[in-house]
Amino acid sequence: MSTVVLLLITGLGLGALYFLVASGLSLIYGLMGVLNFAHGSFLTISAFLGWEVGRRVSDGTWWGLALSAFIGIAVGAIVAAATEYLLIRRLYERHIEQALVTVGLALASVALFEGIWGTDPIYTAKPAWLSQTTELLGAKIPNDRFLLIACALLVLGGIVLFLQRTRYGLIIRAGVENRAMVTALGIDVRRSFTIVFAIGGAAAGLGGVLASVYYGYVSAHLGSVLLIFAFIVTVIGGLGSLTGAAIASVLVAVLQQFANFYLGGTGDLVVVIALAAVLLVRPRGLMGKVA
Amino acid sequence: MNQQITDAPAVMRMAASARRPLLFSVGGIALVVLLAILPLLAIDIPGVLPGPTYTPGTLQLLAYAMLIAALALSYRMMFGLAGLLSFGHALFFAAGAYGLGMTLDAFAPVEWSSELIFAASIGVTLVFGIVLAATVGALALRVTGISFAMVTLAFAQAGSVLIRRNPGSATGGDEGLSLDIANVPEGLVGVVNTRNLYWMALAVLVFVYLVVLWVERSRAGHVAEAARENELRVRVIGIRPYSVKLLIFIVASALAAVAGMGYLLLQSGASPRVATADFTLTLLVIVVLGGVGYRWGAIVGGIVYTLLDQRLTALAGSDLIAGLPAVLRVPLSEPLFILGTLFILVVLFLPGGIAGLPQRIRTGREQHPVEAEEGADA
Repeated sequence: MSTVVLLLITGLGLGALYFLVASGLSLIYGLMGVLNFAHGSFLTISAFLGWEVGRRVSDGTWWGLALSAFIGIAVGAIVAAATEYLLIRRLYERHIEQALVTVGLALASVALFEGIWGTDPIYTAKPAWLSQTTELLGAKIPNDRFLLIACALLVLGGIVLFLQRTRYGLIIRAGVENRAMVTALGIDVRRSFTIVFAIGGAAAGLGGVLASVYYGYVSAHLGSVLLIFAFIVTVIGGLGSLTGAAIASVLVAVLQQFANFYLGGTGDLVVVIALAAVLLVRPRGLMGKVA
Repeated sequence: MNQQITDAPAVMRMAASARRPLLFSVGGIALVVLLAILPLLAIDIPGVLPGPTYTPGTLQLLAYAMLIAALALSYRMMFGLAGLLSFGHALFFAAGAYGLGMTLDAFAPVEWSSELIFAASIGVTLVFGIVLAATVGALALRVTGISFAMVTLAFAQAGSVLIRRNPGSATGGDEGLSLDIANVPEGLVGVVNTRNLYWMALAVLVFVYLVVLWVERSRAGHVAEAARENELRVRVIGIRPYSVKLLIFIVASALAAVAGMGYLLLQSGASPRVATADFTLTLLVIVVLGGVGYRWGAIVGGIVYTLLDQRLTALAGSDLIAGLPAVLRVPLSEPLFILGTLFILVVLFLPGGIAGLPQRIRTGREQHPVEAEEGADA
């Protein structure tokens, strides 16, 4: 029983990370049809810069972590918005080329990170409480899982509120539904493209700082590893659906944890098989709109 | 009488259209002959090649470049001709490399001669590659667009994980697989025989090119091209694009497996890097860099990319770079950073890739790669 609880909550924590990356991917794809390969790089740069600032101010304290998170969110949002403005916008409506540009950006940026911070992982310090465990139903659960879950819930709530309650949220929802109609009504959808990129980048930035807490290190490949799973989550959840991304990230991460424990470390394979199965039975994903 | 008047220009047109491909094939044959006698010459291009062309180091690099070009050519057939954006092409290259390596390791009936075992291993690997491609293709082609890309990515990822996990110590895990030379012909083993391996790589490239040419000129190739442009119309005419796409997928994957076998022999081993999604992304970069609309674009892209990658790595270790301030030194010492940036610039400003350059200069106007291809065909 305690093992099941531990696996479940660890899965939820990992799912929280996947969600932070996948939410942005899903929104961006839903609104613009761009598969953003550079999303992992947004995460990595935020993790590195957040760590650089955090450790200079006060390493291993809550203040340091909060500052890292703030810097991570800001960096992620700015880098993502700049990417959209400088690269993606020039290739408006050419989806393959847009994806190709992000591929190039991902390759170049990972190489640049390796050049600056080296190829080896850099171990990070975190507040003492996060390294301890809490006993819940007989399972000793590392405290950082709770932080991850709480942050992901906050982000989910924040994005839902933004989409449901603000004018830009309305435009974005309408744009995902039918972009041609929104444009025909005289609304400039392109401005909301930058906003969606900034939101996705901010979520990924927070994800980067939290990933460095979860894994205990930052490295140039932090983003690329998470990105593949985030892609899988996005497709299983249904491209463009935020709820789908949330459900799928939890499903994928929990499935991965259980398979890793009970089926001898086959978590990655099981996830891949799950993706193939979902796509063949239901090509549009769990919550995706009809293509 | 009337017949003759209408026929004369037609004949002339036919002669003119026959002359250009003839010119191309003569040029192509001359290029292949030049490449074939390269190991006998001592051409030194400082900065591009590490040494004179007869040295093993240079031949090894050129052979590797040609195998990558062959692989890129097979990927172009899928992405450029049939419009199938696959993220799993590396899987089939790895299937060729690891398949041959593992068969040579495990499959050795004592009563057979080593030549027979070698040939049989190649056959077994090829069949394995085709069966794998048929399975993955049949499943993945049930969905289209981004979902297709994701299913192929998922299968490639599964393959990559499997290779790294090293089941039954068959794949060598992260260390990679080293070639068991017991049954490999002597002429293909060792640094002394790099020349033979170079010729083998050239043969693989020519073979892949001819197969790609044949498929593109066949009816299946035309249907695939038509389905890329407008699948609905192809269906309305009464052709099922699924089987044609599957055929293209299988042929391209089998060709990738052939290139993979060449890679195993050339490198005397296989590293798990060739099964990763990053390797497929590199192929995508090569094809786009060279020019999606052109067959020889993939070859140019593959060779330019491999040479650049190798030379930029050499440049990164040079004194020239070490003397620069950190702001310049760090980016310039990362070959992938330069290649990635170059790739972004090509996508943004040079849609036809390197192979599209002559056409662009000639017409002097911006053209979409697909239009350019049509222009070249007409």
